[in-house]
Amino acid sequence: MSALTPIEKKPIPFTLGVVAAAGAVAGIFIGTAQGSTLLGVVVGALLLAGIGYLAMQILGHEQERMVRWGTLALFALGGLLTAGLPGLVVGGLFGWFFGWFVYWIGEGRYRAKLVPYLTPGQVLWHYAFRVICGAIFIFLITPIIVVMPLSFNAEDFFTFTPEMLRFDPAGYSLKHYEDFFTNADWQQALWNSVRIAPVATLLSVGFGTLAAIGLSQQHVPFRQAIMAILISPMIVPLIISAAGMYFFYSRIGLQGTYMGVVLAHAALGIPFVIITVTATLVGFDRSLTRAAANMGADPVTTFFKVQMPLILPGVISGGLFAFITSFDEVVVVLFVGSAGQKTLPWQMFTGLREQISPTILAVATILVAISIALLTTVELLRRRSERLRGMSPG
Amino acid sequence: MSETTTDAGPVLAADGTPLKRSLHRALRMQKMRALALIAPLLLFVLLTFIAPIADMLFRSVENEIVAETLPDTVVALADWDATSDQPPGEQVFESLYFDLFLAAEAKQHTKLGTRLNYEQTGISSLFRTSGRKVDDIGEEFQDVIEDIDPTWKEGRFWYQMMSGSGGDALLDERRDRLSALTSNSMAGDIGFDLSAEIARLLPNTARAYSDFAIFTALADEDVVAEEDPWEAVYAALGVDLRDADTRAAIGAYSGNGAEALQNLAAAAGQLPDFTFREAFLDVDEDWGDLDNWRTMQVYSPRLTSGYFLNAVDMQKGLDGPIERPENQQIYMKLFERTLIMSLVITGSCILLGYPVAWILANLPARTANMLMILVLLPFWTSLLVRTSAWKVMLQQQGVINDVLVWLGLVADDSRLVMINNQFGTIVAMTHILLPFMILPLYSVMQTIPPTYLRAAKSLGATNWTAFWRVYFPQSVPGIGAGSILVFILSIGYYITPEIVGGTTGTFISNRIAYHISSSLNWGLAAALGTILLAVVLILYWAYDKIVGIDNVKLGG
Repeated sequence: MSALTPIEKKPIPFTLGVVAAAGAVAGIFIGTAQGSTLLGVVVGALLLAGIGYLAMQILGHEQERMVRWGTLALFALGGLLTAGLPGLVVGGLFGWFFGWFVYWIGEGRYRAKLVPYLTPGQVLWHYAFRVICGAIFIFLITPIIVVMPLSFNAEDFFTFTPEMLRFDPAGYSLKHYEDFFTNADWQQALWNSVRIAPVATLLSVGFGTLAAIGLSQQHVPFRQAIMAILISPMIVPLIISAAGMYFFYSRIGLQGTYMGVVLAHAALGIPFVIITVTATLVGFDRSLTRAAANMGADPVTTFFKVQMPLILPGVISGGLFAFITSFDEVVVVLFVGSAGQKTLPWQMFTGLREQISPTILAVATILVAISIALLTTVELLRRRSERLRGMSPG
Repeated sequence: MSETTTDAGPVLAADGTPLKRSLHRALRMQKMRALALIAPLLLFVLLTFIAPIADMLFRSVENEIVAETLPDTVVALADWDATSDQPPGEQVFESLYFDLFLAAEAKQHTKLGTRLNYEQTGISSLFRTSGRKVDDIGEEFQDVIEDIDPTWKEGRFWYQMMSGSGGDALLDERRDRLSALTSNSMAGDIGFDLSAEIARLLPNTARAYSDFAIFTALADEDVVAEEDPWEAVYAALGVDLRDADTRAAIGAYSGNGAEALQNLAAAAGQLPDFTFREAFLDVDEDWGDLDNWRTMQVYSPRLTSGYFLNAVDMQKGLDGPIERPENQQIYMKLFERTLIMSLVITGSCILLGYPVAWILANLPARTANMLMILVLLPFWTSLLVRTSAWKVMLQQQGVINDVLVWLGLVADDSRLVMINNQFGTIVAMTHILLPFMILPLYSVMQTIPPTYLRAAKSLGATNWTAFWRVYFPQSVPGIGAGSILVFILSIGYYITPEIVGGTTGTFISNRIAYHISSSLNWGLAAALGTILLAVVLILYWAYDKIVGIDNVKLGG
């Protein structure tokens, strides 16, 4: 978006006031950490006001690049002196931010992308809202980010050691990954997951795609009731599904068997396949199959040559959903499976409950990497599907 | 088919059939084809998913164990007036002896004790000790009978005396009785045929010996003729001989073992004359406690509402449901806590999800797509990864506490307790369920034209008025959809509360899991599950009304 409002330099008292307030807020934390909150507030406010005055009145925006580097260097040095290497990084970040902030406020750049008629209060709210949203995004992503560096911990702790904070190479190691790849328990769990999830996925995709095609026909008796039954595994709380399956599968001798777990997971994955494939079929142009039939193709040929390629993206992403459902599932396998079917999530669950080992974090990091890969695949498939459907006539 | 009255006759299809019929047939074909495509999956889901749920519903009212383990006692006990302060009659104790003896042989009496112990504490140990000592009662008869005539010691003699023909009806009846008790089908050849004459003469003995024969041949897989009978068979003979008519009839009996029987009948005065009530009180005086008998009577029907009453902190009294004592009321509190915490989690999700959805819907598409990754990545990440991440973050030695200590906001020796309590569960579950709120909100907000808001403002509305009167009402469907989704998911959550919830932050699901795997009170687990399922289904129905099942969208 280009500039909506011409920017102009702000009056110096305003700039200094805002900048000093920001410095004071930062000063609270630094000050408290160093022992005196009040001193931190005062020093922070004065320091920032000084930089602001220097930047706006003395050097001006022609010297912007120099002022920003200077601020960065100053803060980084301050951080290094007070808290060593981690302080350098934190200080550098603060310096970079304040250097930018001073010019952003002082030169009035913050108005550039807003409509001109906003009152100052509205402008403040606009940015406050973004800060709030930013905080929520941080809340969403931090837990996942934090796990990754911790998985390289050289100690058996669940928290950052001083060595790690000093970026001391001795504080980091791959030993938890090594443990994951050599420990028989974890390898057995991985093997079980790999053995169960694809078969369950295959079952739910096979049955699910057929049924989705059936459901998308024009005349289906009891469509609502059938849909409700097929979607129910997604709605019924897992603990209830697990309880029911445990009771029922023990009656018919499936409890504690590989087959039992596969069937249970396939049932749980079906709603996802149904939902994604029916969604793809909504945009499917029926005249294509009629055209194929008209040209002499039998229903099976029509299905594989015309319909299947078009709905394939939906089928694959449904399959990925089913796969991840099974791969991640722990409640049902906990009850329906026995020690012989211990999957990766089950092993993690016992790990979290009983022996706390950071190997869990290494596994978690690997799983995050896998989910990023899956997320990318689904997104690409979705785009491809939209493109394909856009191309089909009608 | 009504005939059309035009001159040309009915409209015909190309092959000469009336068009109407032809169309009907085509439609029916279409329906059949659709159903044929759906059928395999429907069958699959019915078998692997719906049947288990139905089984759970059934288990929540099923109570066959009492009637199957103590069938005769249950029948005899039905006549007892539980409100009186008189103990049950001798007939009840006599039936109990034979039922319990059999149950102890089949090792089922402890299961029954465990079952009744859910309702009345102490019954479990009563059944255990009685099952151990129940042999002693029969032994008293056995000793006397064998003293009178040593022939009775021999298993082969017993076998010859009881054998004959015509007693199949009784044998089949006992087979059914035993198969209900042991879940063994009890079918097959037992190498023994009961004499109808003996069955008429000594009914108790015939029943006890049949049980012995069936059990020995089919459960123990021994030869009936070579085994010495159970103590209960001697006790049954003793009971039969107490009857003067039976003793008189023995005089006229001339079949196998007539001589030994007549000797015994002549010496009947030497047989022990204690009542079975005295014998049981001797084994354990708790048999005199009427509360135990009341519990057995109340829980004797094959279907019971007992588990459901238990699940809502009540119990079956003599005249209908009564409340449990204050200190045993846990489930209503747990339901209440589950509901309140789910509401808090839903509320936090709205509070955090609304701004995010708004900004995603109002930013330029490129930026919004980038930020969307931050929402979708947690959504796609394994539940256990996120739960372990929160464990890492919230622990006393965890990341958040470390940062707070480093900043000096919290002293090192007074680190915040943020895990193993309600706070931990709420934070972790809000994080886990937040994407389920953001995604439906986002899809609704995308459809609200931004011009409405501008129009409102240009007509003089303040920011707040424009938002509250124009934008917010249009986003309510999104809030509704997201809230119900989050609420349904959170109310049945198990893993996260189990790991970060400690004792105060757990949900009803954790209790269900506990009853399935630790306390083994499956009936109660099923009843709690059924109640939870009912709540979820009502919400699901509401969700269907508001959003429609077909409109469920997954990610992106």
